Amino acid sequence: MITLAHLLTLSAVLFALSVAGIFLNRKNVLLLLMCIELLLLAANFNFIAFSRYLGQLDGQIFVFFVLTVAAAESAIGLAIVVVLFRNRRTIDVEQLNRLKG
Amino acid sequence: MLPLILFYAFATILVLAALGVIVSRNPVYSALSLVLCFVTSAAIWLLIEAEFLALVLVLVYVGAVMVLFLFVVMMLDINLEELRTGFTRYAWLGWITAAVVVLEIVGVVFTRKLGINVMQGAAPLPANYSNTTELGTLLYSHYVYPFEIAAMVLLVAIVAAIALTLRHRQGHKVQNITQQVAVHARDRVRIVKMDSEQRK
Repeated sequence: MITLAHLLTLSAVLFALSVAGIFLNRKNVLLLLMCIELLLLAANFNFIAFSRYLGQLDGQIFVFFVLTVAAAESAIGLAIVVVLFRNRRTIDVEQLNRLKG
Repeated sequence: MLPLILFYAFATILVLAALGVIVSRNPVYSALSLVLCFVTSAAIWLLIEAEFLALVLVLVYVGAVMVLFLFVVMMLDINLEELRTGFTRYAWLGWITAAVVVLEIVGVVFTRKLGINVMQGAAPLPANYSNTTELGTLLYSHYVYPFEIAAMVLLVAIVAAIALTLRHRQGHKVQNITQQVAVHARDRVRIVKMDSEQRK
C-alpha cells in the first residue's frame, strides 16, 4: 500500500535535488529553468498526495493551475534566454552585469 | 503489494533521472532526463489515481514545454566548457542544503503527523469513479473564474514570448494589410471611354 509518507518523502528528495541543481548549475540559465520545473513538479507531488489522501479534489485543481503558470513561465523564460543570447552571445548568469550601477 | 513495488521502481527511476538533470555535462541530456522525470511522475500519479493530471503532465509537459526546451537548447550555440567552470565550487553547499532540506521535510512528515495518519493508505475509490469527470465538474462550476484567468495568463504568455523574440529584418517583403484593405477600385483600374475605330 502506497502511503502518504512514501509520496511526501519522494517529493522531499526531488525538491532537494532540484535545490542542489540550482547551486551546481548556477551559471547556465537554461539549466536553472529546468531545475525550477523540477521544483514545481516536487510541489505538485505534495498537492496531489494530500488531495488523494484527504479525499478532496481541490488540490488537484491547484496542480492544474500550477501547470498552467509553469508553462507560461517557461515560455517567457525561454524567450528571454533567446533574446539574451542574441544580444550577448552567452547565457552565463555571471556575465549579466550590464545593469550594474 | 504490486502498486508498492511499482512505486519503488518508478521512484528510483525518478530520483536517478533528477540526478541526471542536475549533473549531466550536456544540456540536451539534462532536457531528456527531465522528460524521463515527467514520464515517471505521470506513472506515479496514475498509481495514486490522479489520472487526468498524469495525462495532462505527459501531454503538456513532455509534448509541449520540453520540446520547447529542447528546441532552445539545440538552437543556442553555447560554449559548454565556459559554463561548466566552477561547477564544483559551491557543490558542497548545494549537497549540504539538499541534505538539510530532506531531513527537515522528512522530520516534519514523520514527527508532526500533520493531523492525519501518514502511514495509512488512501481510501479506495468507488468502482465507477471518474477522476476526469469530478475534476471537470469542479473546474467548470466552483473554479470557473480562476480557470478564465489561467486562460488569460496563457494568452499573455504567448503574446509576450512572440513580442520578445520578434525581430524586424531588413529587406524582406511583407504585406501592408492596412493599405491592402483601404484600396479602392479606381486606384487600380482605369476605365477609358473612347469611340470605336473605323475599319479601313
